[in-house]
Amino acid sequence: MMSDILVQTVQMLLVLVLAPLLTGFVRKIKARLLRRQGASVFQPYRDLLRLLRKEVVLAENASWLFRVTPYVTFAAIWVAAALVPTFATGLLFNWTADLIAIVALLGSARFFLALAGMDVGTSFGGIGSSREVMIAALAEPAMLLIVFCMALIAGSTQLSTVANFMASSYVGLRVSLGMAVMALIMVALAENARIPVDNPATHLELTMVHEAMILEYSGRHLAMIEFGAFLKLLLYVSLIACVFLPWKIAVFGAGPLAYTVGAGAYIVKLMVAGFLLALFETATAKMRVFRVPQFLGAALMLGLLGTLLLFVSRSF
Amino acid sequence: MSGVILQMACVAGLLGLAVLAIFLSRAKGATAVIYSGTLVVSAIALIGSLRWLLGDTANAADLTLPIGLPWLGAHFRLDALASFFLVVVNLGGAAASLYGLGYGHHEQAPHRVLPFFSAFLAGMNLVVLADDAFSYLLCWEFMSLVSWALVMAHHREAGNAKAGYVYLVMASFGTLALLLAFGLLAGPAGDYGFAAIRAAQHTPYAAALVLILMLLGAGSKAGLVPLHVWLPLAHPAAPSHVSALMSGVMTKVAIYGFIRVVFDLLGPPTWPASVVVLFLGSITAVMGILYAMMEKDLKRLLAYSTIENIGVIFASLGLALAFQANGLKLAAALAFTAALFHVLNHSFFKSLLFFGAGAVLTATGERDMDKLGGLIHRMPFTSFAVLVGCVAISALPPFNGFVSEWLMFQAVLQSPDLPQWALKIMVPAAGAMLALAAALAAACFVKFFGVTFLSRPRSGAAETADEVDRYSLTAMFILATLCLLAGILPGPVIDALSPVTAEILGSAMPIQANEAWLSIVPIAESRSSYNGLLVMVFIAISASLAVFFIHRFASHALRRGPAWGCGFSDSVPAAQYSSASFAQPIRRVFGALAFHARDHVEMPAPGDIRPARLRIELHDLIWEGIYAPIVGAVAWSSEWLNRLQFLTIRQYLSLVFATLVTLLLVLAIWS
Repeated sequence: MMSDILVQTVQMLLVLVLAPLLTGFVRKIKARLLRRQGASVFQPYRDLLRLLRKEVVLAENASWLFRVTPYVTFAAIWVAAALVPTFATGLLFNWTADLIAIVALLGSARFFLALAGMDVGTSFGGIGSSREVMIAALAEPAMLLIVFCMALIAGSTQLSTVANFMASSYVGLRVSLGMAVMALIMVALAENARIPVDNPATHLELTMVHEAMILEYSGRHLAMIEFGAFLKLLLYVSLIACVFLPWKIAVFGAGPLAYTVGAGAYIVKLMVAGFLLALFETATAKMRVFRVPQFLGAALMLGLLGTLLLFVSRSF
Repeated sequence: MSGVILQMACVAGLLGLAVLAIFLSRAKGATAVIYSGTLVVSAIALIGSLRWLLGDTANAADLTLPIGLPWLGAHFRLDALASFFLVVVNLGGAAASLYGLGYGHHEQAPHRVLPFFSAFLAGMNLVVLADDAFSYLLCWEFMSLVSWALVMAHHREAGNAKAGYVYLVMASFGTLALLLAFGLLAGPAGDYGFAAIRAAQHTPYAAALVLILMLLGAGSKAGLVPLHVWLPLAHPAAPSHVSALMSGVMTKVAIYGFIRVVFDLLGPPTWPASVVVLFLGSITAVMGILYAMMEKDLKRLLAYSTIENIGVIFASLGLALAFQANGLKLAAALAFTAALFHVLNHSFFKSLLFFGAGAVLTATGERDMDKLGGLIHRMPFTSFAVLVGCVAISALPPFNGFVSEWLMFQAVLQSPDLPQWALKIMVPAAGAMLALAAALAAACFVKFFGVTFLSRPRSGAAETADEVDRYSLTAMFILATLCLLAGILPGPVIDALSPVTAEILGSAMPIQANEAWLSIVPIAESRSSYNGLLVMVFIAISASLAVFFIHRFASHALRRGPAWGCGFSDSVPAAQYSSASFAQPIRRVFGALAFHARDHVEMPAPGDIRPARLRIELHDLIWEGIYAPIVGAVAWSSEWLNRLQFLTIRQYLSLVFATLVTLLLVLAIWS
């Protein structure tokens, strides 16, 4: 029992500590790929601390909802991130929410952010919110089909069970899994407002989706929202890692050595994922916002195809 | 006192109140008397049916009254299914009465609302209690007619007469379908008692016909696409607390009728039936919410969102049929529980949202979102309750809408066990459609809340709005609390539903009360589990931790300043994002297919000082494709038949003669 609580607490703190580092790492790699020096990988921490020290400039007609949203969003994403297995499966509170509930928790966070975008009544907030909900509406069905495909193979939507199953030798190499992982990566890119769906680094309001939505935020509020975005990126990387790459993940009740190895493997996975993300973002351009439906439609079709292929392979 | 007698006494009380209202309605204080009366009676009926549902439901209590068909009498019966729907009806009725205590004072013509309001409640109770086809149809028609009178309460307002007319036509059509369905069910023997129908064998052909007729009859009342056209017209036309009843409760009575006939009376289902129901349900869900997304009228948007929720419920029922037809008892119970849970949830949050729309209407006199805005500052309590409703209806944890949606997805995940290929392929696709509907619902309610309650006021009325009365607020907060409670404590609700599933399907979900920490576990913990309470506690703890650290370590400085306008501040509130601009991305992605939507930009030539204009072209393809041709055909044939009125006597005589000869010929050939 004590060790359960310990693992769960470590996980909650670990995601907090690592999330800004992952974003910093991605930024560093992107800069290096462009032959720039780039800021230190610890820059996101400094950014957060700087934002915390700054005053909040609140629009004149901002309501209480605008001030509460950063905390609600951050809390919802943190809870979701704490429930996705990172270095060990069999977390204490794993049964609290399965993958569908975790995705829905992220949906709650997005709902409040979109509302906050509408609160002040500027066009940028509105444009950001309306495009964000459009992307969400396209990503959600694709995500459900991915969950479906995965649940069909592992017989569960409970992430610990899925990870345990995927780590076992029953799985083998399957075409469906390949399709599901591609679809999940596409959804993850869209959900995290990364290139090619959105550009996290742009400073032109009209080309942004996520950044336009939170344009009115400043100071500590912005810090919470940025932290939430870092956490979300980490969450999706952990999700992909634990489902499709559960290599060396510590199973429930393993010794301290296994946990240490699991943590090491997890950090390696994060680095690989961060590197690939940076490479991909450097190599592609952002697409027009109304090309996104085709991009996410492809993810949906991949999910559906993966599911149908499973049916076919099962019945013969 | 046995349950059914108590319920019938409540119905009698409601009918008595209706009669009292006729005499009293022009008197001062009639509003208070009638609504407190209906509140008390509904509350008694609610407690009675709840006790029946939670307690001993094994021995069904019935009552036969010596009215109705002379050889049959009027049968009324209270079983688990009926008592569950009575809970929904009377909870909605009690909430609407409480709301009416405050809202009713703004009513211009109380004598047009009060008698029908309590008669409407009585009618809905009676439909659920009826235990023979004759009483069922009679009560159904009574409910329809009384609600029609409520739709016509403000008959001089533009559009309401049309709404009433369309509603009347669709209601008659629905009843016709039901009449034929019950005729088929009773068979040549003609025994209209539900017990006899249940015991009889139905041929597959008759069963298929009954299913189609029920989809037409109950579906038109519930709002299944493409029979939904009356709903967005009629629901908003009624006073807001009646809209809440019509959307939140009456559609559920229609679903009760569907369940009663298709699951209970018709005998074991066949799998093709489930394909039809599942398909219609998922189409309805997506189309309903797309319509809602395009809407800028508060109450019409809510009515369209009702169509979406009806689609979700029908899709779950279709899943339950599919599993039941293949003998997958546990999965069927899961899907059926999801449907019932959603029935309950929708009655909570849709009533709440209609109450909120009514409060906005009272405070500002506006239903058009594009003339509202900023109400969160002027109506803090209303906006908080409505926010809860919006989160709940968008199926977001930890509120109740998510639980039923989650149960439904768990049922979808059981589909690989189905043997039929059509279902195997269809269920995941339907699941994706339902996920799309849920995500669009979230988008729609961001728009609903964002445009109405957030942003800057777009009109003087919105700028000077005031908070509504305490009765209305109490009703809204009770429903908001129920939304949260059903979301964080879903286990007891599922357990309360298990007698209903056991009665209808012969199987039930595992008892959830034994699960640790009040989790819900549909099949096994290794497969999936969810704990709304812990999710909420975790969010609360993490948010408090974040707030604590921020307030301990971060700067407290806060300055109010003008919003960032990127160098050019649009000071005119009309330049804000409106409902149409918020819907633009979704209109572009889905609208081109669903509504043939086009945006026309009229840009004046350089030097011309006309303003540029954006015109949005939307087509209601269902109305234009199905209803407009029928209306055209009726108009054309009546025009043509009208000529018969202006014939000479010779022509009339020859017509009579020709008819006689034709009939004789037919007789000769026939025999």
